This record gives sequence, C-alpha cells and structure tokens, in this order.
Amino acid sequence: MIDIGLSHYLTLGAMIFTIGIAGIFLNRKNIIVILMSIELILLAVNVNLVSFSIFLDDLSGQIFTLFILTVAAAEAAIGLAIIVVYYRNSSTINVEEINRLKG
Amino acid sequence: MEIALLILPLIGSIVSGFFGKLIGDRSSEIITCLFVSISAILSLVLFYEVNVNNYENNVVITKWISSGSLNVNWSIDVDALSSVMLVVVTLVSSLVHIYSIGYMSHDPHKPRFMAYLSLFTFAMLTLVTADNFLQLFFGWEGVGLCSYFLIGFWFKKDSANAAAIKAFVVNRVGDFAFALGIFLIFYLFGTVNYDEVFKQIPSLDREFIYLGLNFKAVDLICILLFVGAMGKSAQFMLHTWLPDAMEGPTPVSALIHAATMVTAGVFLVVRCSPIFEYSPLTLNIITIIGMTTAFFAATVALVQTDIKKIIAYSTCSQLGYMFFAAGVGAYNVAMFHLFTHAFFKALLFLGSGSVIHAFKNEQNINLMGASYKKLPYTWILMIIGTLALTGFPFLSGFYSKDAIIEFAYLKGNTLGYYATGIGIFTAFLTSIYSWRLIFKTFHGTYNNEKLKITEIKDSTFIMLVPLIILSIGAVFAGFLFKDLFINYSGQNYFWGDSIKFLNPLSSDHPPIWIILITPILVVISVPISYYLFVKNKEVPNYLAEINRPLYNFLVNKWYFDELYNLIFIKSSKKIGLFFWKVVDVKVIDKFGPDGISSLIKNLSLKANKFQSGFIYQYAFMMLLGFSALLTFLILK
Repeated sequence: MIDIGLSHYLTLGAMIFTIGIAGIFLNRKNIIVILMSIELILLAVNVNLVSFSIFLDDLSGQIFTLFILTVAAAEAAIGLAIIVVYYRNSSTINVEEINRLKG
Repeated sequence: MEIALLILPLIGSIVSGFFGKLIGDRSSEIITCLFVSISAILSLVLFYEVNVNNYENNVVITKWISSGSLNVNWSIDVDALSSVMLVVVTLVSSLVHIYSIGYMSHDPHKPRFMAYLSLFTFAMLTLVTADNFLQLFFGWEGVGLCSYFLIGFWFKKDSANAAAIKAFVVNRVGDFAFALGIFLIFYLFGTVNYDEVFKQIPSLDREFIYLGLNFKAVDLICILLFVGAMGKSAQFMLHTWLPDAMEGPTPVSALIHAATMVTAGVFLVVRCSPIFEYSPLTLNIITIIGMTTAFFAATVALVQTDIKKIIAYSTCSQLGYMFFAAGVGAYNVAMFHLFTHAFFKALLFLGSGSVIHAFKNEQNINLMGASYKKLPYTWILMIIGTLALTGFPFLSGFYSKDAIIEFAYLKGNTLGYYATGIGIFTAFLTSIYSWRLIFKTFHGTYNNEKLKITEIKDSTFIMLVPLIILSIGAVFAGFLFKDLFINYSGQNYFWGDSIKFLNPLSSDHPPIWIILITPILVVISVPISYYLFVKNKEVPNYLAEINRPLYNFLVNKWYFDELYNLIFIKSSKKIGLFFWKVVDVKVIDKFGPDGISSLIKNLSLKANKFQSGFIYQYAFMMLLGFSALLTFLILK
C-alpha cells in the first residue's frame, strides 16, 4: 500500500478540474451539462482547499469549503432557474442553438 | 501729403472692391478715378518740390517688423528717384483709370476692375517709396498679384487664365532669385534698410566658394537682384509671360505691362546702383542681357500680327534699352528712358485699345487697314506715339534713346561699342515694326470682312482725353526734362544721393556720326516701311518666302515657348506624373492611408469571428486567457 499524500489529492483535484473544463467546451448537447461541469470545477477547488487545510493544519480552508458549497448550491439553483426561463422563451436548451450572446 | 498720396488709391480700391455693388458702377468709377487723380496731382507737387527745393523726406508710417536685429519700417521714402517713379505711376495710372471708364463701358464687372487698378497703383507706390528691401519686395509681390488678377480679368476666357498663371509662374522664377538676394543681404549685413546696406557695401570683401568657384559676395547679390529684375521686367529668357499677358484688357496692358510694373526691374537696378556699381561683372551681364532683349524683341515684333503683341514686344525691347543703359552705368539715362517710355508706350497701348474697341475686339492687324479717315483722332495720336517711340527727332524717344546709345558709346570698351551697334540697329528695327503697325492698321486696303467700314467710329471723348494728355507727354517729356535727368548743363544736380556713380559719367561728346546715325535711320525708315507695307506688299511676302526658316523662327518668337515647353514643362509634368502615379498612389497611399485602413479592416474581420455567440467558446477563451495570465504571473 502506498501512502496517500497531498500530491494525490492535488492530482485528483486537477483531474476533476480538467474534466470540468473539458466538459464546458467539448459538450455539444445540453446546457445543463455546462452547469454540471461548473459544479465539477468548484468541487475540484474544494478538494484542493480541504487537502491543503489538513496539510497545513489550518481550519480556515475547510470553513471556506463550506462557503463554497453554499454558493455552489445557490448558483446551481439560479442556473437551473435561468435555464427553465430560457427554455420557456426559446423552447430549446441545446447548446448548439444558443448563440444569441453576440452583438 | 505723402501718406495721402499713398493711401488714397488703397481707399479707392477698398471702396470700389468691397462696396462696388452697393454704390454702383458709376460711383465706384468716379471714386477710384478721383482718388488716383488726387494722388497724381500730389505726386506732381512732390516732384516739383524735389526738383526745385531738393526736398527729401522719409515718412515712417509704422513699424512693420521688429524681430531681433530685423527692423523694418513701412515708410514713404521721397527722393529724386522715387519722385520720378511717383509721377510716372500715378499719372499713367490716373489716365488709365479715366480711359477705363470708356473702354470697359460694356463690361459687367466695372467695380472689380477699378478696384484692381487702384490696388495695383497702391502696390506700385509702396514699391517705389520703400526705404528697405522688404517693403520693396512687398510692393513687388503686390504688383505681381494685381497683374495676375488683371491679366485673368476676363476669367471666362481659358487663354486669359492660362496667361495669368504663366505670368505668375514665370515671375516666380525671378522673385525667387530676388528673395534669395534679400536673404543674402540680410545674412551679410544684418539689415535690409537701403541706407545701412549701401553704407556697408564698399567694405564688403566676402567671397563664397561653391563647386570650387569663387564668387564675390557683391557679385552674387547683384546677380540675384538682377534675376529678380529680369523676371519682372520681362528680360531675355524670362520674357515669355509678357506677350501672353496681352490677354488682359488693354488699359491693363498700358498701365502694368508697359508703363509701370515692368519698369520695376529697371527701378530696382537704379535704386540699387550703390550696390551694382561695385560689381562690374553684373553690370556687363546686365548690358548683355539688355541688348539681347532689345534686339530679340525687336526682331520678333517685326513679324507679329496681333496689334497688342507687337507693342508688347516693343515694350520688351525698350526695357532692354533701359537695362543696357543701366548696365553701362548711365542709370540716370535709364530712368529718363523709363520716364519718356511710360508716356509714349501707354499712349500706344491706349491707342491700340481704341483701335481694338473700334474694330469690335479685332486684334489682328492684317484684318484692319484704311481706317485713318474713320479714326482720325486715334490715328493722329498713334502716329505721335510711334514717332516718339521710334525716336523721331525732337520727340521724347529721340532724347532718351539717343542718350542711351551715346552713353553706351562713351563707355569706351568693346561691350560698349557692341551695345551701341545693337542699339542703333534695334532702333532701326523698332522704327520698321512700329510703322508697319501704323500702316497696316490705318492705311492700305480695308481687309475686315466681318465688319463694314462704315460701322467703324472713333472712340468717345473720355477715351481720347487720356490719350491727348499722354501725347503731350510723349512729345514734350524728352525735350523738357532732358537737362534735368541727364544733366547736360552740369549744375543743380537733380538725382542727389539716390543714384551713385563710382566713376562720374563721361562728359565727352560722342562723334557726330553717332548722334546723327539713329535719327537718320529712323527718318528714312518711314518711307521704307510705307513702301514695304502699303505700296508694294509683295516685297515683305517675298522676303518671308525666300527666308522661310528665319521667318518661322521669328514668328515663333525664337521658339522660346517651345523650348521651355520641352525643357521645363514636359519634364516637370513627367516628374509630377511620376510623383502622383508612383510615389503617391503606389507608395504613400498603398502603405499609408490605404494600407493601414485595409489592415485594420482585415484584422477586425478576423476578430469578429471570435464573437460567435456560443457560451462554451466564450468560457473557453476566458479560461485560456486566464491560464495564460496565470502562467505569465507565475513565470515572472
């Protein structure tokens, strides 16, 4: 058995982060997937924060994580609400068809 | 008095020019004529004062420029020289103003014309009364400008516009040299006031070395000033504008291109006699250019058919006489010829204007003839003018022209004798072409098919009065003023300090044959030309036929226009085209405005593609940018 150290946690965080980012722009289907990818990025950050908190023996990292979780929950709620409203207006949440954000 | 003399034409010009529509044609004519006439009377009074009481004055109107060591006043400098010029300018100008009332009676732009004439008079007065080179230059350019306006007065005629531009551009060549001369004077002496410059001239021994050649500074100044004078006075090589300037109305030709403006060059040389006296080289050049011009213009005048062009070339020729008089050191004689020439040449021009008026704007002398019974006054006055011009004994031209020839002879060197010969021969040619003009215009058979001879009638009273006054001048000016100007008697020297002679003029009398030969030639040329141009018209035609190349050479004015066209105009047009098509369009525009604008356009089209509207692309860009920034911050 190998010891699980800080670097493993950080690697995990980085992987989750990368998956999240890749999810944002490789995703061709659904806008909800983008929302999920953002959640993944936030989770990766949380992993980092917690692991550093333990490594440095400083509790503030974990407290910060709680804040982030709260914000992420709120953000997910708002994001989903926006999507619902958007679907009502344009009857699609297909990523390929949402390109109105331009001048 | 001096200020009134100077300012009145300006006021007349402003009133007539800006308020001409308001006050009407007639009032603007009256105002300008009146004001210039008052000026003329004042200048006669001034001339009398100078003559009798040796009056000299320098009225400073205002300080014009005061910058560092450059102090220039706007002043009226009255001495013998300028008083003579004042009389010539204002007298001829006022007569021309009056004449113009009649001549321009059918023109719709009378106030403008009168305003230009008055403005010209003002500029000419500032020129002759200057006490420094800068004011002289101001007047010099002012008269050039008015000349441009007036040549191009009939602006709807393309040829008039072209002639105006030509006059302006050719004058620019001379003026450029003149300006360089003034710069050089300022560089050497630190001042442009006549008095101070003339005082320092004798001690000037600077030399310039250029291309391994040594130039004496005084020679350089003189040559530059003289090139300026050549441009204004239409001397050989810079004369091409003068015949074309005849496109302007005839009063303009009489005032500007015969009596006053073109003599400004002679005036300049005489005014700067304290400089020119120290440069024998330049004086020789002046003599050569002067006699070349005199001869050249006389030969060309022999074969021209336009009545005004003949007189224009005659003017050119007489200016040549004045220059070679100045060149042999007889500045006072040059001024004397200028003085008499102003009368008879203005008379001839105004007379020819009268003829042109009578023939309904016909200027070709081959289409005139046999009109002396219909135009008796004009005929007599033109004959007086011609007699005076040719130097018929005891008329004004006789005294001045013969004096020039005599002084050229008395100069006593090869150049002097050469000039004498040319002078005598040119006097003969002058006589032939002048009588040719008279005989073709007034005698022989009537050749105009467009106009019936019964329709020709003499000019109105208002046009004849100036002619009569000028003819009095043309007859008596020489006789009355010869002692004063040339100072035969030797006492009460008129010119004072205004003309400087390094060596006093020779007071010997030339051999009797020199005195007699010109009048004799002039007198016998009358029957000769009568025979050639009235009695037996085959002879000139035959002469032209057997000497066809020479005849063509003369008709085409020695091919000067063609030569200049070939050398200057075509090449500069080519250079211009090159700079336009290649340098400007293909280099500057391509890389400058056009290049930058197309670059920005392309770049922005590319940048436009980033804005796709897809959120995931935006997010990706954001991340990319963020990570790039982060990388940069970490690595730094």
